[in-house]
Amino acid sequence: MAVDILMPALSPTMEEGTLAKWLKGEGDKIEAGDVIAEIETDKATMEVEAVDEGTLAKILIPEGTEGVKVNAVIAVLTEDGEDASNVSAARAPDVEKVQPVAEPEVLEAQAAADAPAAQVLTNPDIPEGTTFTKTVLRDALRDAMAEEMRRDETVFVMGEEVAEYQGAYKVTRELLREFGPRRVVDTPITEHGFAGLGVGAAFGGLRPIVEFMTFNFAMQAIDHIINSAAKTLYMSGGQMGCPIVFRGPNAAASRVGAQHSQDYAAWYGHVPGLKVVAPWDAGSAKALLKSAIRDPNPVVFLEHELLYGLEYDVPDLEDYTLPIGKAAVIREGTDVTLVGYSRCTGFAMEAAEKLADEGISAEVVDLRSIRPLDMDTIVESVKKTNRLVTAEEGWKHMGVGGEIAAGVTELAFDYLDAPPARVTQKDVPLPYAGNLEDLSLPNTDDIVAAAKAVCEGM
Amino acid sequence: MAKAASPKRRSSPKLKKDEALKFYRDMLLIRRFEERAGQLYGMGKIAGFCHLYIGQEAVVTGMQACLKEGDQVITGYRDHGHMLACDMDPKGVMTELTGRAGGYSRGKGGSMHMFSREKNFFGGHGIVGAQVPIGTGLAFSNKYLGKDNVCLAYFGDGAANQGQVYEAFNMASLWDLPVVYVIENNMYAMGTSVERHASETELFKRGISFEIEGEEVDGMDVYAVKKAGEKAVKYARSGKGPYILEMKTYRYRGHSMSDPAKYRKREEVDDIRSHKDPIDGLKEQILAAELSTEEDLKAVDKEIRAIVKESADFSLESPEPDPSELWTDVLLPVEA
Repeated sequence: MAVDILMPALSPTMEEGTLAKWLKGEGDKIEAGDVIAEIETDKATMEVEAVDEGTLAKILIPEGTEGVKVNAVIAVLTEDGEDASNVSAARAPDVEKVQPVAEPEVLEAQAAADAPAAQVLTNPDIPEGTTFTKTVLRDALRDAMAEEMRRDETVFVMGEEVAEYQGAYKVTRELLREFGPRRVVDTPITEHGFAGLGVGAAFGGLRPIVEFMTFNFAMQAIDHIINSAAKTLYMSGGQMGCPIVFRGPNAAASRVGAQHSQDYAAWYGHVPGLKVVAPWDAGSAKALLKSAIRDPNPVVFLEHELLYGLEYDVPDLEDYTLPIGKAAVIREGTDVTLVGYSRCTGFAMEAAEKLADEGISAEVVDLRSIRPLDMDTIVESVKKTNRLVTAEEGWKHMGVGGEIAAGVTELAFDYLDAPPARVTQKDVPLPYAGNLEDLSLPNTDDIVAAAKAVCEGM
Repeated sequence: MAKAASPKRRSSPKLKKDEALKFYRDMLLIRRFEERAGQLYGMGKIAGFCHLYIGQEAVVTGMQACLKEGDQVITGYRDHGHMLACDMDPKGVMTELTGRAGGYSRGKGGSMHMFSREKNFFGGHGIVGAQVPIGTGLAFSNKYLGKDNVCLAYFGDGAANQGQVYEAFNMASLWDLPVVYVIENNMYAMGTSVERHASETELFKRGISFEIEGEEVDGMDVYAVKKAGEKAVKYARSGKGPYILEMKTYRYRGHSMSDPAKYRKREEVDDIRSHKDPIDGLKEQILAAELSTEEDLKAVDKEIRAIVKESADFSLESPEPDPSELWTDVLLPVEA
């Protein structure tokens, strides 16, 4: 009986990868456990081991093929004595299906959805005539760190797997090669300890970038982030500045369950003495991370794993920074204001597009910073649209949307034509089951529905 | 009843006059300062938490003698003695205790949260054990910047049970960071004796699995402290990594000002006070070596009392912080 060898998933978020190399050829005998191929994603290179024994009868995906979908059949294994020739004929059509080169328009369409179209004002503060380079978010973040490390010898990055492993999510890729182990420091798995050590290093005159593999693990370190980093300037009468960046992926990833899927924007946003940044696209993320590293105060920089691999336009501007605490209107509209941060800004942009098809003109405010919170920009927008929808991956209770809604009712009550609406994660720990996870997390359609509800009777 | 501080015989080095008198003076300043702080607390002039250092004076006094310019000191919340040992102004410390504008943190920190960048004193930390990784980070910065400075990270026997202490030990040893961990074992974590809170009561052994050398020291003898401190600081400064000193010491007063004193017997306190007191002990040594006279030491005491009175008066005369101070020092301005 022939056995299909499938393209394996190397991580929870992997959807496709490159079949880099075949280490076995057609006709080779295979033992279970033999390494038969190498697969690459944008995050890692992994070896594929055979699960069954037999003869590699047919390779269906040649080495060097990019964009091979997870679970596509990449080869067929026959048991001893089985005729391989039958197999290859039967399997041939699959090859067409998994050849990504056969469907370039799909990939371009995907890229277009990630990178906003021309009428969209992603970065309203960029001068006209600026050229852009398509860059994935993780590389933009890496570039921001590398530029600041070149600029300032006291900047260093520390965290779990940031150096030799090249970053658990490859955000620190290549930094070790350029800056060496003195400035790219692999730590033990010891969040409480290295967060405190980072604070001490900042007191000692350095500018640490402390990477948390995810902000979920930073709960072990939250005492140092709040009690040691955020409060000491005040408690010392202004003597003890703590220039430090705590960064890493925040909020949900993909099917990793409740303990690994939490949005901490509201948690850190609550604390005076901290700045909190949660960018969406690669251009603003890079500019904001550079500002965060230069900031003399502790900055919590919340990234998103599901955005790391997405490509955005990054302006070709030397030393481009954005001010922390300033939101941006990234799409203009007249009927409703959609406020988002991080991944929800992307959803808000998609929602605005869908709403336009239904005759509703939505303005999108990319919050970028959670603290300081730019109420001025939000209020200006609401004064124009008279309606507000907020979107976040955190829980609704005591959340960012509640704070924005309260601020708008305090500052622009008379301008509101409908009660503000909040799109959030459902009020449960994030479930593992795929269908339940989808039900729990906010998405584009939730924002569309909320916007239509506040616009009812318009 | 808890086992009292190590009954080893007092060390008998050849005393140098200047050093001996400086030790006497420095310890006496801490003692008289703390007595006055306790008094002001009783009068309602000092509020909140207030942890007095009385009895433990030899530890910071002896250790400070091992440091050089640029070395850093960090500790927990029983911190007044460390500040005075770091040569911080008693007026600024006392005035922070009374929560006035003239205090080191302009009244915004209080007893547990005081700092002086000028004197390389990095706090004053109210979260038990938090100063240990922070101090390790200061040592990291010394190494990173190529300075040959050492950080002294003080913590108590209670803090020695915090997980983050061992996270810091691991990194300090792994990276050979120039830090000396000074465990001030005063026999009680609040009201819980070492025997009731520590599975291994010899706390200097707590670094063994991290390959950190440690030793027990008579923390009631300033010369024993200095001798051990010099060895440890030299070790750390030479790039060999961290070192642990367990100072066997004792506090005469309660854990804080609201201590029920039910967990130990009065006789235990009296016994140590009359047989192991670090200041009385040094005084006997000074007199025995004929480095000073009873009369001259009385004059020193008088002088110290005047300094302490001056700091107390200043702390009560200093105005409360201006209401505008409520909003300052939350964030530093971003340079353009």
